[in-house]
Amino acid sequence: MINGVNRFIPDNLNSFKTSDSYLNMKRILINKKEKQFRTVFLNSIESAFDYFKIKSNQCLSFHHHLRNGDSVLQQVCEIVKKRDLRNMHFAPSSIFPSYTNLADLILNENVTNIHTNYINGRVADVIGQGYLKGKLIMNTHGGRARAIESGDLKIDVAFLACPTVDKFGNGTGAFGPSACGTLGYAISDLQYAKKVVLITDNLVDKLDEYQFDGVYVDAVVVVDSIGNSNGIVSGTTKLTKDPIGLKIAKDCANMINHLGLIKNNFSMQTGAGKISLAVVKYIKDIMINNNITGSFASGGITKSYVDLLNKGLFKALYDVQCFDLDAVKSYNINDKHIAMSASKYGNPFEKDPICNQLSFVILGATEIDLDYNVNVTTDSWGNIIGGSGGHADIAYGANVTIIISPLFKSRIPIIKEKVFTVTTPGSDIDILVTERGIAVNPKRKDIQNTLKNSGLPIYTIKELYEIAHSITGVPAKIEHSNRIIGYVEYRDGTYIDCIYQVD
Amino acid sequence: MFRSLLFIPSNNPSMLQNADIFSADGIIFDLEDSVDISEKDNARNLLMNYFNEGVNYPSLIVLRINPVDTEFFLSDLELLKTKKVKYVLLPKTDNRSLVVLDKYLCLYEKEFKLNEIKIIALTETTNSIIEINQIAKHKRVEGILLGAEDLCSELEINRTNKGEEILFARSKVIYACTANNIIAIDTPNTLIDNEELIRQDCLNAKNLGMKAKTAIHPNQLEIINKVFSPSKNEINWAIKVIKEKNKNVNKGAFSVEGKMIDKPLLMKAEKIINKAKSYHLI
Repeated sequence: MINGVNRFIPDNLNSFKTSDSYLNMKRILINKKEKQFRTVFLNSIESAFDYFKIKSNQCLSFHHHLRNGDSVLQQVCEIVKKRDLRNMHFAPSSIFPSYTNLADLILNENVTNIHTNYINGRVADVIGQGYLKGKLIMNTHGGRARAIESGDLKIDVAFLACPTVDKFGNGTGAFGPSACGTLGYAISDLQYAKKVVLITDNLVDKLDEYQFDGVYVDAVVVVDSIGNSNGIVSGTTKLTKDPIGLKIAKDCANMINHLGLIKNNFSMQTGAGKISLAVVKYIKDIMINNNITGSFASGGITKSYVDLLNKGLFKALYDVQCFDLDAVKSYNINDKHIAMSASKYGNPFEKDPICNQLSFVILGATEIDLDYNVNVTTDSWGNIIGGSGGHADIAYGANVTIIISPLFKSRIPIIKEKVFTVTTPGSDIDILVTERGIAVNPKRKDIQNTLKNSGLPIYTIKELYEIAHSITGVPAKIEHSNRIIGYVEYRDGTYIDCIYQVD
Repeated sequence: MFRSLLFIPSNNPSMLQNADIFSADGIIFDLEDSVDISEKDNARNLLMNYFNEGVNYPSLIVLRINPVDTEFFLSDLELLKTKKVKYVLLPKTDNRSLVVLDKYLCLYEKEFKLNEIKIIALTETTNSIIEINQIAKHKRVEGILLGAEDLCSELEINRTNKGEEILFARSKVIYACTANNIIAIDTPNTLIDNEELIRQDCLNAKNLGMKAKTAIHPNQLEIINKVFSPSKNEINWAIKVIKEKNKNVNKGAFSVEGKMIDKPLLMKAEKIINKAKSYHLI
């Protein structure tokens, strides 16, 4: 069948209709795992496999708070490989280039199904080439929380890296040799997985404050290392120096200011891309010049936002994951730097999720099409290069959703007639800012009217599309193959697009 | 009329492709110092293709060629055939090089039916500073750009942001230009990230009498444009002066805001209005 963004979805699947269809759905909650008051301490991850009788065909989950520095998933993969468990279902919240062991397990058919929010690196290549025997489901951060709490994603054992754990099984990421800050993506795993194992390299007697409540923890394993905190910084968390990026950032900040969005008690979120961080810098200047104090900033938190909090420009930060070590440190020492779960962040069925309270959000795009649909899952040839993360969650929730991007990247125009893969529906995208002009989604007449006499270069998205083509020429159309290897799952659990094998 | 000219290395395709989107009043496409000797041909070919096949161009195009005594000079001039170049920026200008360039420009204009191409003289040697009055009088020269880095290198002195070491050279450029009604263009600042120091440097130059400044990075343009544009107060004052003059057509002097306005101030007001219109400030 053809879904709400004109994409083919197999008839047996629940296809996407509109981004607010969830308003007519009922929240489904399975029982949280039973609280227990005796946490077992095991001497190795392998002994946890024995203790919980982990066998083939089970689902194991992980979080990605240590990002490219994580080694817990790698260590678990080694044991799966050693025991030659088959048809395993892995559900890491994201997959980074360092998770190379997982690629081997896919090739060897130890792991045959994957649920995740983002993939980059060798695992993405292996899956894209069709080696995952089952299916890849790419959902959103909020959607993953929804899937776990509803039982759509049933987790047998959650292996959760935890930088510091006490003797009661309570855990925190705030400090420890491998501190990674907040542990927001793992809260659903903690509460709903059948069994929970905390993996730590720092055991203490007692924690006064913790994000993982020991009553949900079945076992703790102390290992030499859970990873390297330095790997948290992904390399995309630095402010751009590229003149094109800076122009986009400045135009974006000026436009936001012209829309009157920078006022007392406003709230915002940006991605951690280089241009987004430059926008944050310009917004900071506007706030200081106009003596404005915001309510909160949210998201993955970087040093840029920590600085804004420390200068009193925001009253609070809501943090689902720390993107750099400054954010980790801030989370440990500043009460106004508040952890939130992925559910509180973007689960559509959560009461007043943070994403719904945002004045505006600034996001990136790999591609955007004439209907404003955004792709951050694949590149223009269909190779998997990322995923929604929180993209679709905050695009839906924020009052104004802004996409920033150069009009073309390495001579490839970012505006397409149709994006290769729909990650976020165009109905949730309000504005596109490029170095050559700004396009406003026609559904936002209010924004169009406000910007009409702003002096900013306003075009239709079709005009920007034609400007790009006049410079780069018209790229050849790339057709996808016929073999579906996975699906992009919208936050409400419906399927918004298919992911196809790369030829 | 221009306030800001941005240097772009001509061997950088991405910068060429985006040359029209920056807020510079003009772009200097550089074939000289920012292009390594091994890249000269590539840069020229790239620029030729861009001038011939491009879609969007900056409103004002300046071409910095290689010096007249180099093997690249004549090949660089081939780019004039594209009819995109308004100014040639001549490195290490002195009277002799000016004569050589002028001769070739005459030939190109005649043979390829080009509009008159003007010269911006880059004065970056002690000799060019000494000869600056004659350079400024040349009929093709519409502006003089001070090149402080090369000059200070020759003088074996260090550049400072305060610029006391180039006060003499700056003043020579300003007086020669003003006396000959051409544009005095200040040397670029090599700082990219320190906005406050760039602003201070621009103010120093403007307060001495420079009318424009070159940039080596787009980040510098906003500050340059702001400093070298008339301020809101100046524009408001000039508008009042012109209004009052229109009411007092036959009077040599009149008053605005309690201060006497005579011919020099009236001329100043007219210049401010012209600039404000040219830069779309009114």
